Amino acid sequence: MHVVLQLTLYSSLEIPLATTERNFINSVWDFFCSLKLTLSLLISLALTSIIGTVLPQGALPPEYVAQISQSKLQIYSKLGFFDMYHSWWFITLLYVFSINLVSCSIKRLPHVFKFISEPTLVLGEGLRNSFPLKKELLFSGSIEKGKERLVEFLSKEFSTPVVTEHNGDYHLFAQKTAWCRLGVYVVHLSILVIFIGAIIGSLVGYKGFVSIVEGTSVNVFQKHNGQQMPLGFELLCEKFNVEFYANGAPKEFRSTLTVLENGKPVPGYSQVKVIVNEPLTYKGITFYQSNYGQASNSSNYLFSVRQRENGKTEQIALRPDTQTDLPDGRTATIVDLTDNPGEGMVAVVGVKEKGGEPRYFKVFKNNPTLDEMRGDKLIFAFIGTDAKMYTGLQVANDPGVWVVWLGCTLMVIGIGVAFFMSHKRVWVVVSKGQAHIYGNANKNQAAFQMQFEDISEKFQHLKI
Amino acid sequence: MTSSLLFNITTFTYLISMLAFFAFLASQNKSLGLAGSFTAYAGLAVQTVAIGLRWKESYDLGVGHAPMSNLYESIVFFSWTIVLLFAYIDIRYKYRIVGAFVVPFALLGMAWAQLGMSTGIEPLVPALQSNWLLYHVITCFLGYAAFAVACGISIMYLIKTAVEATDSSAQAGGLMSMFPPLKVLDDLNYRAIMIGFPLLTLGIITGAAWANYAWGTYWSWDPKETWSLIVWFVYAAFLHARITKGWVGKRAAWLSVIGFAATIFCYLGVNLFLSGLHSYGGGK
Repeated sequence: MHVVLQLTLYSSLEIPLATTERNFINSVWDFFCSLKLTLSLLISLALTSIIGTVLPQGALPPEYVAQISQSKLQIYSKLGFFDMYHSWWFITLLYVFSINLVSCSIKRLPHVFKFISEPTLVLGEGLRNSFPLKKELLFSGSIEKGKERLVEFLSKEFSTPVVTEHNGDYHLFAQKTAWCRLGVYVVHLSILVIFIGAIIGSLVGYKGFVSIVEGTSVNVFQKHNGQQMPLGFELLCEKFNVEFYANGAPKEFRSTLTVLENGKPVPGYSQVKVIVNEPLTYKGITFYQSNYGQASNSSNYLFSVRQRENGKTEQIALRPDTQTDLPDGRTATIVDLTDNPGEGMVAVVGVKEKGGEPRYFKVFKNNPTLDEMRGDKLIFAFIGTDAKMYTGLQVANDPGVWVVWLGCTLMVIGIGVAFFMSHKRVWVVVSKGQAHIYGNANKNQAAFQMQFEDISEKFQHLKI
Repeated sequence: MTSSLLFNITTFTYLISMLAFFAFLASQNKSLGLAGSFTAYAGLAVQTVAIGLRWKESYDLGVGHAPMSNLYESIVFFSWTIVLLFAYIDIRYKYRIVGAFVVPFALLGMAWAQLGMSTGIEPLVPALQSNWLLYHVITCFLGYAAFAVACGISIMYLIKTAVEATDSSAQAGGLMSMFPPLKVLDDLNYRAIMIGFPLLTLGIITGAAWANYAWGTYWSWDPKETWSLIVWFVYAAFLHARITKGWVGKRAAWLSVIGFAATIFCYLGVNLFLSGLHSYGGGK
């Protein structure tokens, strides 16, 4: 832009104002139409995008803040490096990119349309020599008969030609898939459509998060900007389960959800299983399984306690910081609980005589008979806790997403047309006693060459 | 017969193939080139069976899924697609010598996977339990493989121009006469990218569709997503420079090499050095 401005100012010394203005507009237009700009933008977008993959984005982790120098931190955040894909300069790059796309297309599309609608019907001498694909046919019949025969031939073998008389010769022109020259502009359009979809999403749509404790329901969720937003209905989490594979890797995170309207379950939205890759959508709002955890309310830890002597078994609930009486007069409390994949839940229980020191031992939920080996009078088995789990769900409503998919579809079609199809043209120039056939394709010459050779082979063996 | 044994055989076969191609380069003996091609095809066949068998084995273990779920499996699939594309070029265009510059990529991948990674079949974590896995991985890796082939061809182009610039007698005979003409190499480079670019585009779109389906966001500037877009930008620049500014030959070859370097970073660098949504693909 700087260069453009300077050039215009310099020229204003000698040229009247009106012209200068026009020059200025022309220079701006040329600037936005230029392919140099396209290439610079593609490379700039590629290079600057790297920043955001190396530096943390969004809320900075404290470890990162601790290890980076204060001045760097300030410069980086001034430049928007910590949210670079939404920084003013990156968005500007994307806007300039869009303007460039539109300008290039506006500039070139009329030529392409003209090329399609007004094809070269008459093949001049210069063009004839420039085509590598050509063949000759000599015939004894009249030029009229030759023309008719060749029109018939081209219609059958390739496509119906347009006939033009020129200096006593007949020029036959036939073409196939001329419209595929538009493929590349469909790709350009598709990028704009995707951008529009993204803009709609960011203006009208919303994203957020909600956690629901088992057995409870919510009617609001929290947007990413911290705002609370009403759902317009209630969402009840009936249950949350985690399953693990034998090797300890997680197998399934599953929330069982029910949608409530006026406190009543909505038919078809009751007890819906939501797992990763299987979200729930109701009234345009989609809930995605995202995370989970244990709700932090005080809870009971259930054990079955068997007396070694007589085998009498009873269920006892232990609580942290509370001594619970055991059948043999001692008391017990729970001091720790771990839940590791592969190992399962493990409780650390402390048992003590009145006035004595507690003795601690571990009880494994996944191995209920292990505690027998401890040799104590009482054998503990860990049944589980009544602690409630909560499920964490991503909440999203994005009306722009269909526009994005439309753009993606257009892009795939456009690329398919632009990359794999070609505009094929064949001319036959009929003179007295001889005819020449010429062929050209704008892409994939090799494939067209085979087709042309096939046609011209037949052409040469025509009897007229 | 286990898939693991077959993968070892595959690696060994690609090694033989590469050595045959190198010997072909050095001796210009046509039967060595033929041997290189045939061992590469044999390796491809064994590897195809091995991938199928690994797929079946995962079902026998009760964790059935397509063998494309971690770095090991993806590298194996990447090698497979590279050799597949080489076979296409060899059969379609009859430029066998390309094998000397493409098969090493496949061998490198297989050797690294077999020697440096844990090869066990693992169950799918919840995020990967989707049919999108198949569409996404296949399109991406076919694209990557096409770029790998384009890079190999570009390296040939750069070597040939460098040699011919310093030694004009090379044009007449010698090693360089084995290489396809510069014009052909340049054209093959372009063709490979013409295959790779649409596939990469499809790979990015299927990834976005899957992300939207699983997380409710089609694009979140995750490092993997961003790097795939960077690769897309580089090849888009390549295509525009070529078609409208006539960037052919050396400059096109360099862009192709740079594009593949970005591809490799997108594929491996992101998993090994950066964190993000694709971290399950991390090395073990």
